[in-house]
Amino acid sequence: MGNMTQFPDRSKVAPDAERLKDYTWPEDPHHVPEWIYTDEYIAELEQQRIFQGRTWNYAGLEVEVPEVGSFIRSYLGSMPIIVVRDEEGVIRAFENRCAHRGAEFCRSYRGKAESFTCPYHQWNYGLDGSLQSVPFRRGVKGKGGMPKDFDMGANSLRRLNVTTRNGAIFVSAHDDMEPFEDYLGPQMLEQFDTAMDGRPLRLLGVHRNILEGNWKLYQENLKDTYHATLLHTYLTTFGLFVASNETFVITDEAGRHSATCNRRPEGRPENDETTAEIGSFHSAMQLEDPSVLNIVKESDSPWTSNALTIWPNMILIRQTNIFSARQIVPMGPDKFMLIWASYGYADDDEAMQEHRLKQNNIFGPGGFIGIDDNEVIKFVSDGALRGSERDGVIPLGKDDEPDDTVITDRALRGMYAWYRKEMGL
Amino acid sequence: MNIAEMEPPVSVISTLPVDERLRLTFLVEEFNSLYAEVLDAGRIADWPDFFTEDGVYRLLARDNAEAGLPLSLMYCNGRGMLKDRAYAIENTEMFGPRYSKHQVTNTRILGLEGNILSARSNYVIFETHVDEPTRILQVGSYHDRFALDGETLLLKERCALYDTVCVPVSVVFPP
Repeated sequence: MGNMTQFPDRSKVAPDAERLKDYTWPEDPHHVPEWIYTDEYIAELEQQRIFQGRTWNYAGLEVEVPEVGSFIRSYLGSMPIIVVRDEEGVIRAFENRCAHRGAEFCRSYRGKAESFTCPYHQWNYGLDGSLQSVPFRRGVKGKGGMPKDFDMGANSLRRLNVTTRNGAIFVSAHDDMEPFEDYLGPQMLEQFDTAMDGRPLRLLGVHRNILEGNWKLYQENLKDTYHATLLHTYLTTFGLFVASNETFVITDEAGRHSATCNRRPEGRPENDETTAEIGSFHSAMQLEDPSVLNIVKESDSPWTSNALTIWPNMILIRQTNIFSARQIVPMGPDKFMLIWASYGYADDDEAMQEHRLKQNNIFGPGGFIGIDDNEVIKFVSDGALRGSERDGVIPLGKDDEPDDTVITDRALRGMYAWYRKEMGL
Repeated sequence: MNIAEMEPPVSVISTLPVDERLRLTFLVEEFNSLYAEVLDAGRIADWPDFFTEDGVYRLLARDNAEAGLPLSLMYCNGRGMLKDRAYAIENTEMFGPRYSKHQVTNTRILGLEGNILSARSNYVIFETHVDEPTRILQVGSYHDRFALDGETLLLKERCALYDTVCVPVSVVFPP
């Protein structure tokens, strides 16, 4: 029969109308109110209406749970979950919380198990999260024990809806979600398949990282293509991303997902007119070991980088020969965790794997450009937490202009239009 | 790269004579003190000079290493990459100003084969940002192979394995 215990549908719980009156979204569509980065009630509402709402949430890679019983700790929004491969090879996900006293019982980053046992009273669950056994169910010497009508079936771990695409795992609190392909839409799906093309993956490793800021700042950061050529001096200095490169910023129809694709020219951007406006550009610099940035051709894609934001919690990146999937885990209004999985393909030879490992110096919490983003998100967060009240502005570009410029905030405006709908703000 | 490859599975005291262990331990401790001083002073351009020409530096999360996953937080293979890392920190990366202090302890010589000295130590890095209390950036262990030339040591390989798996914000200077 398996695990039938559903996750409670909190998305239909109406928000506290009285409390919501305190929040007025600015009329100017170029303005973003700062309370969305700092407010406890807004953060709580986001869990309910977005993460536990009608969304597909990235939860890990299939290659992280390669065999029967392989599991990882993951999250749906802020809620700890377990993702595991069951006896049939099917990927399952359920809340990491015992049905008895509510303990968050799975404490390992990853592992392999035949079943899950909460250490408190040894309630035991199968790989699909169904309750298998309860010690002293009949009591001792005819005394104590569980009530006669105790329903094992109703006391399983709360299961989540699971889907996969080309090796990525997505979960939802809702069973009646549209297929992931429809959730993304055709344009985004094409981008997705470029960054994860369906060949078997090889996991290179996982960074875990706590950032000081609201989780939406990370979505913004990836949708804000304006900053890419200004903050990230490494990208411009070594020619990975320059404002005049051929670039598209695409969003889905709803505006919630986005992709930036970019084609980097061969060689360095010495004669690029846009570098004159970038105060941080270092034209004299050459890498001591330039092989690190080599493009090893491995697909027919015309692009050298694709950066996707998939609502609400996934960043999927292909940059030269780096592939990474980042999971955003909110931790209250002013903190979030990133779980960055970096991968190659199973058919990579040793040289290709080494190349990917070297190139991965660009990303992560110690990465040449990863550091820039993590630091600046804290700067924005400190401003919102400690400064006097003022809205952020996202005025660059027009919503109806062609999508081949990076000097635009269009994707941010799209995301906040969608956010307001989901949140009822 | 995994822990078993870096060190023998059973840890025992090196069979080198005690005087030799004392001398080598002192050399490693002095090396580590200088290494810490240079990094804590922000002299990142001098950092590649602690390595041999083919020196390797890896900064690995302990959980990844234990799972046999090779991804590093920082990875430099050879002087070129070490210098490129130093250059990026000095010239292209954007980060808030900070002070750091390394504490390197529990230094132990594992063995000497030819002129290759293996050693391990523990490290803690405290970091202080402007107008913020001091916090722990990383706790970890160094797994080192040095090239020994008389009394001079250079790192052939330093693998810094950190317990602080959930990295707070960012690690700018190499531990």
